[in-house]
Amino acid sequence: MSEHKGVWVFSEKYDLTLEMLGKGREVADKLQTRLTAVFAGYNIKEKARELMKYGADMVYLIDDPALECFQIEAYLGILHNLAANYKPEILLIGSTKNGKLLAARLATRLETGCVPDCVGLSVDEEGRLIGERITYGGNAVAKVISRSKPQIATIPARAFEKLETEDRKGEVIELDVKIEEPKTEVVEIEPLETASVNIEEADVIISCGRGLEKKEDKALLEELAKILDGQVGNSRPLAEDRKWFTEWVGLSGHKVKPKLYIACGISGVIQHVAGIRDSKTIVAINKDPEAPIFEVADYGVVGDLYEILPALTEALRKQLQ
Amino acid sequence: MKRIIVCLKQAVDVSQLKIDPSTRRLITASAPKKISDFDKNALEEAVRIKEKIGEAEVYTLTVSHEDAKAVLREALAIGADKAYFVDDPSFQDVDTSGTAYILAEAIKKIGEFDLVLCGEASLDSFSGLVGSRLAELLNLPLIASVGKLTVEDNTVVAERTLEDARETVKAKMPALITVTREINQPRIPSLMMIMKASKKEIVTWTATDLNIQQEKIGAKIEVVDVLAPKTERKKIMITGENSAEIAERLAKALIQEGVGGR
Repeated sequence: MSEHKGVWVFSEKYDLTLEMLGKGREVADKLQTRLTAVFAGYNIKEKARELMKYGADMVYLIDDPALECFQIEAYLGILHNLAANYKPEILLIGSTKNGKLLAARLATRLETGCVPDCVGLSVDEEGRLIGERITYGGNAVAKVISRSKPQIATIPARAFEKLETEDRKGEVIELDVKIEEPKTEVVEIEPLETASVNIEEADVIISCGRGLEKKEDKALLEELAKILDGQVGNSRPLAEDRKWFTEWVGLSGHKVKPKLYIACGISGVIQHVAGIRDSKTIVAINKDPEAPIFEVADYGVVGDLYEILPALTEALRKQLQ
Repeated sequence: MKRIIVCLKQAVDVSQLKIDPSTRRLITASAPKKISDFDKNALEEAVRIKEKIGEAEVYTLTVSHEDAKAVLREALAIGADKAYFVDDPSFQDVDTSGTAYILAEAIKKIGEFDLVLCGEASLDSFSGLVGSRLAELLNLPLIASVGKLTVEDNTVVAERTLEDARETVKAKMPALITVTREINQPRIPSLMMIMKASKKEIVTWTATDLNIQQEKIGAKIEVVDVLAPKTERKKIMITGENSAEIAERLAKALIQEGVGGR
Protein backbone atom coordinates (compact mmCIF):
# COMPACT_ATOMS: atom_id res chain seq x y z
CA MET A 1 0.00 0.00 0.00
CA SER A 2 1.33 3.35 -0.97
CA GLU A 3 1.26 6.10 1.62
CA HIS A 4 0.09 8.49 -1.08
CA LYS A 5 -3.70 8.74 -1.16
CA GLY A 6 -6.38 10.72 -2.91
CA VAL A 7 -6.86 12.78 -6.04
CA TRP A 8 -6.39 16.52 -5.81
CA VAL A 9 -7.16 19.29 -8.25
CA PHE A 10 -5.97 22.88 -8.33
CA SER A 11 -6.36 25.77 -10.70
CA GLU A 12 -6.38 29.51 -10.22
CA LYS A 13 -9.23 29.53 -12.78
CA TYR A 14 -12.66 28.56 -11.43
CA ASP A 15 -14.08 26.97 -14.58
CA LEU A 16 -11.00 24.87 -15.09
CA THR A 17 -11.21 23.73 -11.46
CA LEU A 18 -14.74 22.50 -12.16
CA GLU A 19 -13.70 20.71 -15.34
CA MET A 20 -10.87 18.97 -13.48
CA LEU A 21 -13.27 17.97 -10.73
CA GLY A 22 -15.43 16.31 -13.39
CA LYS A 23 -12.58 14.17 -14.64
CA GLY A 24 -11.06 13.86 -11.18
CA ARG A 25 -14.31 12.32 -9.92
CA GLU A 26 -14.04 9.57 -12.50
CA VAL A 27 -10.40 8.89 -11.61
CA ALA A 28 -11.08 8.93 -7.86
CA ASP A 29 -14.02 6.54 -8.23
CA LYS A 30 -11.88 4.13 -10.19
CA LEU A 31 -9.20 4.25 -7.52
CA GLN A 32 -11.85 4.21 -4.76
CA THR A 33 -10.37 7.25 -3.16
CA ARG A 34 -11.37 10.80 -2.24
CA LEU A 35 -11.40 13.82 -4.51
CA THR A 36 -10.10 17.04 -3.00
CA ALA A 37 -10.01 20.54 -4.42
CA VAL A 38 -7.33 22.88 -3.22
CA PHE A 39 -9.07 26.23 -3.43
CA ALA A 40 -7.07 29.35 -2.82
CA GLY A 41 -7.78 33.02 -3.31
CA TYR A 42 -9.45 35.92 -1.56
CA ASN A 43 -13.15 36.17 -0.63
CA ILE A 44 -13.92 32.74 -2.01
CA LYS A 45 -15.52 31.06 1.02
CA GLU A 46 -18.96 30.89 -0.55
CA LYS A 47 -17.68 29.36 -3.73
CA ALA A 48 -15.77 26.70 -1.83
CA ARG A 49 -18.95 24.90 -0.77
CA GLU A 50 -20.18 24.87 -4.36
CA LEU A 51 -17.28 22.65 -5.36
CA MET A 52 -18.97 19.64 -3.74
CA LYS A 53 -21.73 19.91 -6.31
CA TYR A 54 -19.18 19.42 -9.04
CA GLY A 55 -17.72 16.26 -7.56
CA ALA A 56 -15.39 17.21 -4.69
CA ASP A 57 -15.46 15.20 -1.46
CA MET A 58 -13.40 17.77 0.35
CA VAL A 59 -12.02 21.27 -0.12
CA TYR A 60 -8.87 22.70 1.35
CA LEU A 61 -9.69 26.37 1.49
CA ILE A 62 -7.06 29.06 1.76
CA ASP A 63 -8.69 32.48 1.86
CA ASP A 64 -6.15 35.25 2.24
CA PRO A 65 -5.96 38.88 1.06
CA ALA A 66 -2.41 38.18 -0.11
CA LEU A 67 -3.93 35.85 -2.73
CA GLU A 68 -6.10 38.47 -4.39
CA CYS A 69 -3.82 38.46 -7.45
CA PHE A 70 -2.15 35.34 -8.73
CA GLN A 71 1.41 35.16 -7.41
CA ILE A 72 3.17 32.00 -8.39
CA GLU A 73 5.41 31.76 -5.32
CA ALA A 74 2.46 32.13 -2.98
CA TYR A 75 0.53 29.30 -4.62
CA LEU A 76 3.66 27.22 -4.97
CA GLY A 77 4.34 27.47 -1.26
CA ILE A 78 0.76 26.53 -0.38
CA LEU A 79 0.61 23.53 -2.68
CA HIS A 80 4.06 22.34 -1.70
CA ASN A 81 3.21 22.45 1.99
CA LEU A 82 -0.08 20.65 1.53
CA ALA A 83 1.24 18.01 -0.83
CA ALA A 84 4.31 17.31 1.29
CA ASN A 85 2.15 16.88 4.39
CA TYR A 86 -0.94 15.12 3.08
CA LYS A 87 0.68 13.22 0.19
CA PRO A 88 -1.89 12.95 -2.60
CA GLU A 89 -1.55 10.11 -5.04
CA ILE A 90 -2.57 12.23 -8.01
CA LEU A 91 -2.45 15.98 -8.42
CA LEU A 92 -4.14 17.63 -11.39
CA ILE A 93 -3.17 21.23 -12.05
CA GLY A 94 -4.89 23.53 -14.53
CA SER A 95 -2.65 24.08 -17.51
CA THR A 96 -2.85 27.82 -17.88
CA LYS A 97 0.47 29.53 -18.55
CA ASN A 98 0.84 30.26 -14.85
CA GLY A 99 -0.53 26.88 -13.83
CA LYS A 100 2.11 25.11 -15.86
CA LEU A 101 4.90 27.04 -14.18
CA LEU A 102 3.41 26.15 -10.88
CA ALA A 103 3.17 22.45 -11.76
CA ALA A 104 6.73 22.29 -13.03
CA ARG A 105 8.16 24.01 -9.98
CA LEU A 106 6.04 21.98 -7.59
CA ALA A 107 7.12 18.74 -9.26
CA THR A 108 10.72 19.85 -8.86
CA ARG A 109 10.26 20.60 -5.16
CA LEU A 110 8.51 17.28 -4.60
CA GLU A 111 11.12 15.48 -6.73
CA THR A 112 8.47 13.94 -8.89
CA GLY A 113 7.44 13.85 -12.55
CA CYS A 114 4.95 15.99 -14.38
CA VAL A 115 2.93 15.10 -17.45
CA PRO A 116 1.93 18.38 -19.08
CA ASP A 117 -1.15 19.28 -21.12
CA CYS A 118 -3.11 16.06 -20.88
CA VAL A 119 -6.09 16.00 -23.20
CA GLY A 120 -6.95 12.48 -22.06
CA LEU A 121 -6.67 10.82 -18.64
CA SER A 122 -7.27 7.24 -17.62
CA VAL A 123 -6.20 4.76 -14.98
CA ASP A 124 -4.60 1.40 -15.86
CA GLU A 125 -5.02 -1.96 -14.08
CA GLU A 126 -2.17 -1.14 -11.73
CA GLY A 127 -3.88 2.06 -10.71
CA ARG A 128 -1.43 4.28 -12.54
CA LEU A 129 -2.56 7.50 -14.14
CA ILE A 130 -2.10 7.56 -17.91
CA GLY A 131 -1.98 11.02 -19.46
CA GLU A 132 -2.46 11.52 -23.16
CA ARG A 133 -0.76 14.51 -24.71
CA ILE A 134 -0.16 15.89 -28.16
CA THR A 135 3.49 15.86 -29.08
CA TYR A 136 5.91 16.17 -32.01
CA GLY A 137 4.23 19.30 -33.28
CA GLY A 138 0.83 17.68 -33.52
CA ASN A 139 2.11 14.60 -35.34
CA ALA A 140 1.44 12.23 -32.48
CA VAL A 141 -0.36 11.52 -29.26
CA ALA A 142 1.83 10.17 -26.47
CA LYS A 143 0.60 8.10 -23.54
CA VAL A 144 2.65 8.93 -20.49
CA ILE A 145 2.73 7.49 -16.97
CA SER A 146 4.51 8.72 -13.86
CA ARG A 147 7.03 6.57 -12.06
CA SER A 148 6.98 8.69 -8.92
CA LYS A 149 4.38 10.17 -6.58
CA PRO A 150 2.45 12.31 -6.45
CA GLN A 151 1.61 11.77 -10.09
CA ILE A 152 1.27 15.31 -11.38
CA ALA A 153 -0.53 16.12 -14.62
CA THR A 154 -1.55 19.47 -16.04
CA ILE A 155 -4.92 19.81 -17.72
CA PRO A 156 -5.77 22.40 -20.36
CA ALA A 157 -9.04 24.30 -20.29
CA ARG A 158 -12.01 22.62 -21.94
CA ALA A 159 -10.32 19.22 -22.16
CA PHE A 160 -12.94 17.71 -19.88
CA GLU A 161 -16.57 18.31 -19.01
CA LYS A 162 -17.92 19.63 -15.74
CA LEU A 163 -20.22 17.29 -13.88
CA GLU A 164 -23.89 18.15 -13.83
CA THR A 165 -24.61 19.71 -10.50
CA GLU A 166 -25.95 17.36 -7.88
CA ASP A 167 -26.40 17.47 -4.15
CA ARG A 168 -23.33 16.03 -2.51
CA LYS A 169 -21.96 16.30 0.95
CA GLY A 170 -18.43 17.18 1.75
CA GLU A 171 -16.28 19.13 4.12
CA VAL A 172 -14.48 22.41 3.74
CA ILE A 173 -11.29 22.60 5.74
CA GLU A 174 -10.00 26.10 6.10
CA LEU A 175 -6.26 26.36 6.39
CA ASP A 176 -4.01 29.10 7.55
CA VAL A 177 -0.77 29.03 5.67
CA LYS A 178 2.30 31.16 5.47
CA ILE A 179 2.37 32.93 2.13
CA GLU A 180 5.73 32.72 0.38
CA GLU A 181 7.34 36.00 -0.72
CA PRO A 182 7.40 36.57 -4.48
CA LYS A 183 10.72 36.85 -6.31
CA THR A 184 9.27 38.87 -9.16
CA GLU A 185 7.14 41.97 -9.23
CA VAL A 186 4.15 42.42 -11.54
CA VAL A 187 4.25 46.10 -12.43
CA GLU A 188 1.36 46.20 -14.89
CA ILE A 189 -1.56 44.04 -15.99
CA GLU A 190 -3.43 44.92 -19.14
CA PRO A 191 -6.51 42.81 -19.85
CA LEU A 192 -6.75 41.51 -23.41
CA GLU A 193 -9.76 42.16 -25.61
CA THR A 194 -12.47 39.64 -24.91
CA ALA A 195 -13.03 38.88 -28.58
CA SER A 196 -9.60 37.35 -28.88
CA VAL A 197 -9.95 35.43 -25.64
CA ASN A 198 -13.26 33.84 -26.46
CA ILE A 199 -12.47 31.89 -29.57
CA GLU A 200 -11.57 28.81 -27.54
CA GLU A 201 -15.10 28.81 -26.18
CA ALA A 202 -16.96 29.37 -29.45
CA ASP A 203 -19.38 26.72 -30.68
CA VAL A 204 -18.88 27.72 -34.28
CA ILE A 205 -15.63 28.99 -35.77
CA ILE A 206 -15.11 30.15 -39.32
CA SER A 207 -11.43 30.42 -40.04
CA CYS A 208 -9.40 31.68 -42.96
CA GLY A 209 -5.91 30.96 -44.21
CA ARG A 210 -3.64 31.98 -47.05
CA GLY A 211 -6.56 31.70 -49.47
CA LEU A 212 -7.82 35.03 -48.12
CA GLU A 213 -6.47 37.70 -50.46
CA LYS A 214 -7.03 40.82 -48.38
CA LYS A 215 -7.45 41.39 -44.68
CA GLU A 216 -10.76 43.18 -45.29
CA ASP A 217 -12.19 40.08 -46.94
CA LYS A 218 -12.58 38.58 -43.50
CA ALA A 219 -15.97 40.29 -43.69
CA LEU A 220 -17.13 37.36 -45.83
CA LEU A 221 -16.49 35.08 -42.87
CA GLU A 222 -18.12 37.48 -40.48
CA GLU A 223 -21.34 37.40 -42.49
CA LEU A 224 -21.50 33.64 -42.12
CA ALA A 225 -20.49 33.86 -38.47
CA LYS A 226 -23.45 36.14 -37.80
CA ILE A 227 -25.90 33.55 -39.15
CA LEU A 228 -24.35 30.74 -37.12
CA ASP A 229 -23.67 32.80 -34.02
CA GLY A 230 -20.03 31.94 -34.38
CA GLN A 231 -16.63 33.56 -34.27
CA VAL A 232 -14.04 34.26 -36.90
CA GLY A 233 -10.49 32.97 -36.68
CA ASN A 234 -7.45 32.61 -38.87
CA SER A 235 -4.44 30.40 -39.40
CA ARG A 236 -0.92 31.23 -38.36
CA PRO A 237 0.48 32.60 -41.65
CA LEU A 238 -2.04 35.45 -41.64
CA ALA A 239 -0.70 36.51 -38.26
CA GLU A 240 2.99 35.63 -38.46
CA ASP A 241 3.79 36.24 -42.13
CA ARG A 242 1.24 38.80 -43.24
CA LYS A 243 0.90 40.48 -39.82
CA TRP A 244 -2.82 41.03 -40.37
CA PHE A 245 -3.74 39.62 -37.00
CA THR A 246 -1.99 39.00 -33.71
CA GLU A 247 -3.44 35.60 -32.89
CA TRP A 248 -4.24 32.38 -34.64
CA VAL A 249 -5.86 28.99 -34.34
CA GLY A 250 -3.41 26.10 -34.15
CA LEU A 251 -1.19 24.11 -31.87
CA SER A 252 1.00 27.11 -31.06
CA GLY A 253 -1.97 29.46 -30.79
CA HIS A 254 -5.55 28.83 -29.77
CA LYS A 255 -6.51 25.18 -29.56
CA VAL A 256 -10.22 25.03 -30.26
CA LYS A 257 -12.97 22.43 -30.06
CA PRO A 258 -16.13 23.95 -31.48
CA LYS A 259 -19.14 22.00 -32.67
CA LEU A 260 -18.42 23.30 -36.16
CA TYR A 261 -15.14 24.46 -37.66
CA ILE A 262 -15.15 25.82 -41.18
CA ALA A 263 -11.66 26.14 -42.67
CA CYS A 264 -11.63 28.51 -45.64
CA GLY A 265 -8.52 28.65 -47.79
CA ILE A 266 -6.50 26.82 -45.13
CA SER A 267 -4.16 24.17 -46.52
CA GLY A 268 -4.12 22.18 -43.28
CA VAL A 269 -0.54 21.87 -42.07
CA ILE A 270 -0.17 19.50 -39.14
CA GLN A 271 0.18 22.28 -36.56
CA HIS A 272 -3.10 23.81 -37.62
CA VAL A 273 -4.86 20.46 -37.69
CA ALA A 274 -3.59 19.66 -34.19
CA GLY A 275 -5.28 22.80 -32.94
CA ILE A 276 -8.70 21.93 -34.42
CA ARG A 277 -8.65 18.15 -34.08
CA ASP A 278 -11.25 18.03 -31.32
CA SER A 279 -13.86 19.94 -33.32
CA LYS A 280 -17.05 17.93 -33.73
CA THR A 281 -17.56 18.69 -37.41
CA ILE A 282 -14.91 20.09 -39.72
CA VAL A 283 -15.70 21.66 -43.08
CA ALA A 284 -12.94 22.51 -45.55
CA ILE A 285 -13.28 24.91 -48.44
CA ASN A 286 -10.20 25.08 -50.63
CA LYS A 287 -9.35 25.64 -54.27
CA ASP A 288 -6.67 22.97 -54.21
CA PRO A 289 -8.17 19.46 -54.32
CA GLU A 290 -4.86 18.11 -52.99
CA ALA A 291 -4.88 20.29 -49.85
CA PRO A 292 -4.25 18.11 -46.76
CA ILE A 293 -7.14 19.81 -44.94
CA PHE A 294 -9.55 17.55 -46.87
CA GLU A 295 -8.03 14.51 -45.16
CA VAL A 296 -9.24 15.73 -41.78
CA ALA A 297 -12.57 17.21 -42.85
CA ASP A 298 -16.05 15.75 -42.56
CA TYR A 299 -17.26 17.85 -45.48
CA GLY A 300 -15.04 19.16 -48.22
CA VAL A 301 -15.72 21.61 -51.00
CA VAL A 302 -13.21 22.15 -53.76
CA GLY A 303 -13.88 25.70 -54.71
CA ASP A 304 -13.13 29.38 -54.31
CA LEU A 305 -13.99 30.67 -50.85
CA TYR A 306 -14.99 33.97 -52.49
CA GLU A 307 -17.83 32.16 -54.25
CA ILE A 308 -18.70 29.42 -51.78
CA LEU A 309 -18.85 31.52 -48.62
CA PRO A 310 -21.47 34.05 -49.76
CA ALA A 311 -23.51 31.22 -51.28
CA LEU A 312 -23.30 29.21 -48.06
CA THR A 313 -24.30 32.24 -46.00
CA GLU A 314 -27.32 32.70 -48.24
CA ALA A 315 -28.25 29.00 -48.21
CA LEU A 316 -28.04 28.76 -44.43
CA ARG A 317 -30.01 31.94 -43.99
CA LYS A 318 -32.81 30.44 -46.07
CA GLN A 319 -32.71 26.95 -44.63
CA LEU A 320 -32.51 28.06 -41.02
CA GLN A 321 -35.52 30.32 -41.29
CA MET B 1 30.40 42.55 -17.94
CA LYS B 2 27.10 40.68 -18.12
CA ARG B 3 27.00 36.96 -18.78
CA ILE B 4 23.99 35.35 -20.43
CA ILE B 5 23.59 31.59 -20.58
CA VAL B 6 21.20 30.23 -23.21
CA CYS B 7 19.95 26.66 -22.89
CA LEU B 8 19.61 25.04 -26.30
CA LYS B 9 17.94 21.77 -27.09
CA GLN B 10 18.71 19.79 -30.18
CA ALA B 11 15.19 18.85 -31.25
CA VAL B 12 13.63 16.70 -33.92
CA ASP B 13 12.52 18.89 -36.82
CA VAL B 14 8.82 18.05 -36.53
CA SER B 15 8.00 19.53 -39.91
CA GLN B 16 10.09 16.80 -41.51
CA LEU B 17 8.80 13.88 -39.49
CA LYS B 18 7.47 10.90 -41.36
CA ILE B 19 4.78 8.53 -40.16
CA ASP B 20 4.50 4.85 -40.99
CA PRO B 21 0.86 4.69 -42.12
CA SER B 22 0.41 0.99 -41.31
CA THR B 23 1.52 1.24 -37.69
CA ARG B 24 0.86 4.98 -37.08
CA ARG B 25 4.35 5.12 -35.54
CA LEU B 26 6.65 8.08 -36.07
CA ILE B 27 9.95 7.52 -37.78
CA THR B 28 12.12 9.61 -35.48
CA ALA B 29 15.47 7.87 -35.84
CA SER B 30 16.18 9.29 -39.30
CA ALA B 31 14.41 12.61 -38.75
CA PRO B 32 16.64 15.67 -39.10
CA LYS B 33 17.50 17.64 -35.96
CA LYS B 34 17.88 21.34 -35.38
CA ILE B 35 18.04 23.97 -32.64
CA SER B 36 14.58 23.94 -31.08
CA ASP B 37 12.68 26.96 -32.43
CA PHE B 38 11.98 28.81 -29.19
CA ASP B 39 15.52 28.18 -27.97
CA LYS B 40 16.77 29.85 -31.12
CA ASN B 41 14.66 32.88 -30.20
CA ALA B 42 16.27 32.82 -26.76
CA LEU B 43 19.72 32.78 -28.35
CA GLU B 44 18.83 35.60 -30.74
CA GLU B 45 17.56 37.65 -27.80
CA ALA B 46 20.79 37.06 -25.87
CA VAL B 47 22.86 38.17 -28.84
CA ARG B 48 20.69 41.29 -29.25
CA ILE B 49 21.13 42.15 -25.57
CA LYS B 50 24.87 41.78 -26.02
CA GLU B 51 24.83 44.00 -29.10
CA LYS B 52 22.84 46.60 -27.23
CA ILE B 53 24.74 46.80 -23.97
CA GLY B 54 28.14 45.94 -25.40
CA GLU B 55 29.76 44.54 -22.30
CA ALA B 56 28.30 41.04 -22.35
CA GLU B 57 29.13 37.49 -23.25
CA VAL B 58 26.75 34.81 -24.44
CA TYR B 59 27.28 31.15 -23.59
CA THR B 60 25.13 28.34 -24.87
CA LEU B 61 24.51 25.15 -22.96
CA THR B 62 23.26 21.90 -24.47
CA VAL B 63 22.61 18.55 -22.84
CA SER B 64 22.46 15.50 -25.06
CA HIS B 65 23.39 11.86 -25.39
CA GLU B 66 24.17 12.13 -29.06
CA ASP B 67 26.22 14.27 -31.40
CA ALA B 68 25.06 17.88 -31.50
CA LYS B 69 28.12 19.60 -32.96
CA ALA B 70 26.23 21.02 -35.94
CA VAL B 71 23.71 22.65 -33.64
CA LEU B 72 26.46 24.10 -31.42
CA ARG B 73 28.31 25.48 -34.46
CA GLU B 74 25.13 27.13 -35.68
CA ALA B 75 24.64 28.72 -32.25
CA LEU B 76 28.19 30.07 -32.33
CA ALA B 77 27.59 31.43 -35.84
CA ILE B 78 24.44 33.24 -34.68
CA GLY B 79 26.60 35.03 -32.13
CA ALA B 80 27.27 32.98 -29.01
CA ASP B 81 30.82 33.40 -27.69
CA LYS B 82 31.25 29.94 -26.30
CA ALA B 83 29.28 26.70 -26.33
CA TYR B 84 29.08 24.21 -23.49
CA PHE B 85 28.09 20.68 -24.40
CA VAL B 86 27.24 18.13 -21.74
CA ASP B 87 27.29 14.80 -23.48
CA ASP B 88 26.96 11.42 -21.85
CA PRO B 89 25.47 8.11 -22.97
CA SER B 90 23.79 7.82 -19.56
CA PHE B 91 21.53 10.73 -20.55
CA GLN B 92 19.60 8.57 -23.01
CA ASP B 93 16.39 8.35 -20.97
CA VAL B 94 16.41 11.62 -19.06
CA ASP B 95 13.12 13.49 -18.81
CA THR B 96 12.52 17.14 -17.97
CA SER B 97 13.46 16.52 -14.35
CA GLY B 98 16.85 15.01 -15.21
CA THR B 99 17.56 17.55 -17.92
CA ALA B 100 16.91 20.44 -15.55
CA TYR B 101 19.19 18.85 -12.95
CA ILE B 102 22.05 18.41 -15.45
CA LEU B 103 21.60 21.97 -16.73
CA ALA B 104 21.64 23.27 -13.16
CA GLU B 105 24.86 21.41 -12.35
CA ALA B 106 26.48 22.70 -15.55
CA ILE B 107 25.43 26.27 -14.78
CA LYS B 108 26.87 25.96 -11.28
CA LYS B 109 30.14 24.82 -12.81
CA ILE B 110 30.17 27.71 -15.30
CA GLY B 111 29.87 29.94 -12.22
CA GLU B 112 28.80 33.57 -12.38
CA PHE B 113 25.95 34.68 -14.63
CA ASP B 114 23.30 37.38 -14.88
CA LEU B 115 20.63 35.79 -17.03
CA VAL B 116 19.59 32.33 -18.09
CA LEU B 117 17.43 32.28 -21.21
CA CYS B 118 15.42 29.28 -22.37
CA GLY B 119 12.74 28.66 -24.94
CA GLU B 120 9.23 28.42 -23.52
CA ALA B 121 8.97 24.81 -24.70
CA SER B 122 10.77 22.53 -27.10
CA LEU B 123 9.68 21.97 -30.65
CA ASP B 124 9.41 18.18 -30.40
CA SER B 125 8.16 17.18 -26.96
CA PHE B 126 6.59 20.60 -26.23
CA SER B 127 6.47 19.97 -22.49
CA GLY B 128 7.49 23.46 -21.43
CA LEU B 129 8.77 22.34 -18.04
CA VAL B 130 12.55 22.54 -18.14
CA GLY B 131 12.86 26.33 -17.74
CA SER B 132 10.61 26.36 -14.67
CA ARG B 133 12.32 23.35 -13.15
CA LEU B 134 15.71 24.94 -13.70
CA ALA B 135 14.63 28.20 -12.04
CA GLU B 136 13.46 26.18 -9.04
CA LEU B 137 16.73 24.23 -8.80
CA LEU B 138 18.84 27.36 -9.08
CA ASN B 139 16.46 29.30 -6.83
CA LEU B 140 16.14 32.07 -9.42
CA PRO B 141 13.34 34.55 -10.12
CA LEU B 142 11.42 33.21 -13.13
CA ILE B 143 9.58 35.15 -15.80
CA ALA B 144 8.06 32.82 -18.36
CA SER B 145 6.53 33.11 -21.83
CA VAL B 146 8.16 36.45 -22.46
CA GLY B 147 7.48 38.32 -25.71
CA LYS B 148 9.51 41.44 -24.92
CA LEU B 149 12.56 41.84 -22.75
CA THR B 150 14.54 44.84 -21.52
CA VAL B 151 17.72 44.69 -19.46
CA GLU B 152 18.43 47.69 -17.22
CA ASP B 153 21.45 47.77 -14.90
CA ASN B 154 20.70 44.84 -12.62
CA THR B 155 17.02 44.31 -13.36
CA VAL B 156 15.05 42.79 -16.21
CA VAL B 157 11.63 43.99 -17.30
CA ALA B 158 9.61 41.53 -19.33
CA GLU B 159 6.26 41.46 -21.04
CA ARG B 160 4.34 38.19 -21.04
CA THR B 161 1.02 37.32 -22.56
CA LEU B 162 -1.33 35.15 -20.55
CA GLU B 163 -4.71 33.72 -21.59
CA ASP B 164 -6.60 36.86 -20.70
CA ALA B 165 -4.04 39.57 -19.93
CA ARG B 166 -0.68 41.01 -20.77
CA GLU B 167 1.66 41.42 -17.81
CA THR B 168 4.75 43.48 -17.32
CA VAL B 169 7.01 41.84 -14.76
CA LYS B 170 10.22 42.97 -13.16
CA ALA B 171 12.94 40.91 -11.52
CA LYS B 172 16.42 41.43 -10.14
CA MET B 173 19.23 39.63 -11.90
CA PRO B 174 20.35 36.90 -11.86
CA ALA B 175 17.05 35.65 -13.24
CA LEU B 176 15.71 33.04 -15.59
CA ILE B 177 13.54 34.01 -18.55
CA THR B 178 11.70 31.74 -20.97
CA VAL B 179 10.79 33.29 -24.31
CA THR B 180 8.14 32.78 -26.96
CA ARG B 181 8.56 32.90 -30.71
CA GLU B 182 7.06 36.39 -30.80
CA ILE B 183 10.07 37.97 -29.07
CA ASN B 184 12.17 38.25 -32.23
CA GLN B 185 13.02 36.88 -35.64
CA PRO B 186 16.28 34.91 -35.34
CA ARG B 187 18.96 35.89 -37.82
CA ILE B 188 20.34 33.55 -40.43
CA PRO B 189 24.11 33.53 -40.01
CA SER B 190 26.17 34.80 -42.93
CA LEU B 191 29.10 32.87 -44.35
CA MET B 192 31.40 35.30 -42.50
CA MET B 193 29.69 34.55 -39.20
CA ILE B 194 29.92 30.83 -39.85
CA MET B 195 33.64 31.10 -40.56
CA LYS B 196 34.25 33.19 -37.46
CA ALA B 197 32.35 30.63 -35.41
CA SER B 198 34.75 27.84 -36.34
CA LYS B 199 37.39 29.52 -34.18
CA LYS B 200 35.15 29.73 -31.12
CA GLU B 201 35.45 27.29 -28.27
CA ILE B 202 33.20 24.31 -27.56
CA VAL B 203 33.65 22.97 -24.04
CA THR B 204 32.57 19.35 -23.68
CA TRP B 205 31.72 17.88 -20.31
CA THR B 206 30.62 14.39 -19.34
CA ALA B 207 28.42 13.31 -16.44
CA THR B 208 31.59 12.65 -14.42
CA ASP B 209 32.90 16.19 -15.01
CA LEU B 210 29.73 17.52 -13.38
CA ASN B 211 29.54 14.87 -10.63
CA ILE B 212 26.12 13.91 -11.91
CA GLN B 213 24.42 11.50 -9.52
CA GLN B 214 22.85 8.80 -11.63
CA GLU B 215 19.86 8.34 -9.31
CA LYS B 216 18.91 11.96 -9.93
CA ILE B 217 18.65 11.53 -13.68
CA GLY B 218 16.39 8.48 -13.56
CA ALA B 219 13.25 9.27 -15.53
CA LYS B 220 10.25 10.14 -13.38
CA ILE B 221 7.84 9.73 -16.22
CA GLU B 222 7.65 7.06 -18.88
CA VAL B 223 6.27 7.42 -22.38
CA VAL B 224 4.44 4.14 -22.89
CA ASP B 225 3.15 4.81 -26.37
CA VAL B 226 3.48 7.37 -29.16
CA LEU B 227 1.12 7.08 -32.09
CA ALA B 228 -0.07 9.35 -34.86
CA PRO B 229 -3.68 10.21 -34.08
CA LYS B 230 -6.44 8.44 -35.91
CA THR B 231 -8.46 10.61 -38.19
CA GLU B 232 -12.04 9.50 -38.02
CA ARG B 233 -13.60 12.01 -40.30
CA LYS B 234 -16.37 11.50 -42.77
CA LYS B 235 -14.41 12.98 -45.67
CA ILE B 236 -17.53 13.63 -47.74
CA MET B 237 -16.83 15.81 -50.76
CA ILE B 238 -19.73 18.06 -51.66
CA THR B 239 -20.06 18.77 -55.37
CA GLY B 240 -22.62 20.45 -57.56
CA GLU B 241 -23.29 22.29 -60.78
CA ASN B 242 -22.43 25.67 -59.30
CA SER B 243 -21.59 27.43 -56.05
CA ALA B 244 -25.23 27.92 -55.15
CA GLU B 245 -25.98 24.22 -55.48
CA ILE B 246 -22.88 23.21 -53.52
CA ALA B 247 -23.82 25.69 -50.82
CA GLU B 248 -27.39 24.34 -50.63
CA ARG B 249 -26.12 20.80 -50.15
CA LEU B 250 -23.48 21.81 -47.63
CA ALA B 251 -26.01 23.84 -45.67
CA LYS B 252 -28.36 20.85 -45.58
CA ALA B 253 -25.60 18.57 -44.35
CA LEU B 254 -24.62 21.05 -41.64
CA ILE B 255 -28.17 21.40 -40.42
CA GLN B 256 -28.37 17.62 -40.19
CA GLU B 257 -25.25 17.79 -38.02
CA GLY B 258 -27.17 20.01 -35.64
CA VAL B 259 -25.88 23.38 -36.77
CA GLY B 260 -28.27 26.21 -36.06
CA GLY B 261 -29.51 24.69 -32.83
CA ARG B 262 -31.84 22.06 -34.27
